[in-house]
Amino acid sequence: MSGLISILADGIAYGMLLFLFSIGLSITLGLMRFINLAHGAFAMCGGYAAVVLLNGFGVPFLLTLPIAAVLTGLVGVVLEQLVIRRVYPMPELQQVLFSIGLAFAAGAVANILFGPQQQPMLLPDWLTARVNLGVVEITGYRIFLILFGLVAAGALVALFNTTLFGARVRAAVDNRPAAEGIGIHVTRLFAITFGLGAAFAGLGGALAVGFLGLDPTFPFKYLVLLLMVVAIGGPGSIAGSFVAAVSLGAIDALFKYYVPEVGSFVIYGILVLMMVFFPKGLASRRAA
Amino acid sequence: MRMVRVGAGLPLLLLAVAGFFLFPEYLTLFTSLFILSVFALSYDLLQGHAGVVSLGHAVFFGTGAYTTAILARHGLAEPVLGLLAALVVSALLALVLTRIVVVGNDLTRLLVTLGVGFLMFEAANQARDLTGGADGLSDFTMGPVLGLFRFDFAGETAFFYSLAVLVLVYFFLWRLAASPFGLALRGIRENVRRMPAIGAPVRRHLATAYTISGGIAGLAGALLAQTSNFASLDMLGFERSAEVMMMATLGGTGSIPGVVLGATGLGYLKDALSAMSPKYWQLGIGIVLMLSVFVLRGGIAGAATALIRRLRERA
Repeated sequence: MSGLISILADGIAYGMLLFLFSIGLSITLGLMRFINLAHGAFAMCGGYAAVVLLNGFGVPFLLTLPIAAVLTGLVGVVLEQLVIRRVYPMPELQQVLFSIGLAFAAGAVANILFGPQQQPMLLPDWLTARVNLGVVEITGYRIFLILFGLVAAGALVALFNTTLFGARVRAAVDNRPAAEGIGIHVTRLFAITFGLGAAFAGLGGALAVGFLGLDPTFPFKYLVLLLMVVAIGGPGSIAGSFVAAVSLGAIDALFKYYVPEVGSFVIYGILVLMMVFFPKGLASRRAA
Repeated sequence: MRMVRVGAGLPLLLLAVAGFFLFPEYLTLFTSLFILSVFALSYDLLQGHAGVVSLGHAVFFGTGAYTTAILARHGLAEPVLGLLAALVVSALLALVLTRIVVVGNDLTRLLVTLGVGFLMFEAANQARDLTGGADGLSDFTMGPVLGLFRFDFAGETAFFYSLAVLVLVYFFLWRLAASPFGLALRGIRENVRRMPAIGAPVRRHLATAYTISGGIAGLAGALLAQTSNFASLDMLGFERSAEVMMMATLGGTGSIPGVVLGATGLGYLKDALSAMSPKYWQLGIGIVLMLSVFVLRGGIAGAATALIRRLRERA
């Protein structure tokens, strides 16, 4: 029993990271119809920012998180304004090629700057300590990740469901021409949302270094999982992405631990089955 | 467009043969470029002619490679028979998969093929007895081609053997593209809703195209396994699937000589840049891809066609 809880905690913490990685992809796919296979590069960017800040400048761990998020968000906005904006109207194939190219280039730049090895990250003691929860002991970092993910998801849901900004984004997702017709500046909305998505990926990347590791293959290593979260959760749906990410993380951890022979198949099998039977995802905002 | 299609095949063949005499020390590289061309042509039948994208085409390439390698281990060492077996096995796999890969829109197709690709990769990784797992298969020897030509160290047999396959595939696809079936595929690409209205069986056409394409991809994989005496997991990995998509698109989707040029060009670039370091190849291909989206929309073939049209207008 305690084993099961500990594995579940592992899987859910993993799912929280997947959620942070993928939420930006979900929004850009739902809002701008942009297939961004390079979204994992933003997570990698945040990861390297956190490593440099922590190991190079001695910035405290908790402070590296917001800095990494803001930096990655800025990178996202600049890229969006300079080039990515021009890729939105292109056919899907061109978007795929462009973003694969971006992901390759980002990985290569990381490789040239930091080398191909795993990046070390020294977490503070209070995060590596084991916490006794009565029935089971879990490392503090797992608990921290799960709480952090819950807060981030709550904040995003609140942002999109209760604020004027969120209402504008939802309006633009549901019906772009009508949203523009009532005076919503959709292009600017795109840039802000893109930066926000990149910032959350950067935050996830900074958090992931101590849990998943960080090396230049990062953008492609988690690409399939990111796409799965978005596809299963339904592009543009925050709650859908959250449910998809956490359940995928938990399922992956459970199968890898209890049935290792088929563990690595299960996730991809689910993807194929989902796409064949529910090609629109679980909770797509778009009706058509 | 028509002029480029008809006219480019023969000069390309002459170039290849000239390469044999001019650069005899690079025969292995040429051979691998021919194989890449066959693979890219197989993928282009899907993306360029039928408009069906895939990020898992290496599945068929790898299946072909493993088929001939496993058969050679069990005594069937004649290369042409190995090729035919790889063709049949990969085509059958494509026929089975076609039910799930041609559904939905581009995004669902990309995701399904991506998922199938990773599933097959894991399957090959786990089936260690059959595929050698992460070590791959190299404990097999191919016999002489048709019982006559031995694979030599200089790679002359491998050169002409794979060039012959490339020429056959090139000619076959060229005829296929001009046939009523090829026209029907283009109709599906241009307007998939209208095709049923004129009585075209869209699903059956797509299944046929997928089967042929998978079979030819298997042929390419088998060629690589036979000429390099090696079959490994990376032959059905995601990177190879992404590469073939780039080659076909950079060459110019739907143009057979363009795709051959795209495959050889990128293949050469990969060889040259990887020799320095894999990271420079990744940086190079990344920049080329991003730029190509802006400056080379129709690929090499599109640029060539535009150039010819401009020269004609001036004349």
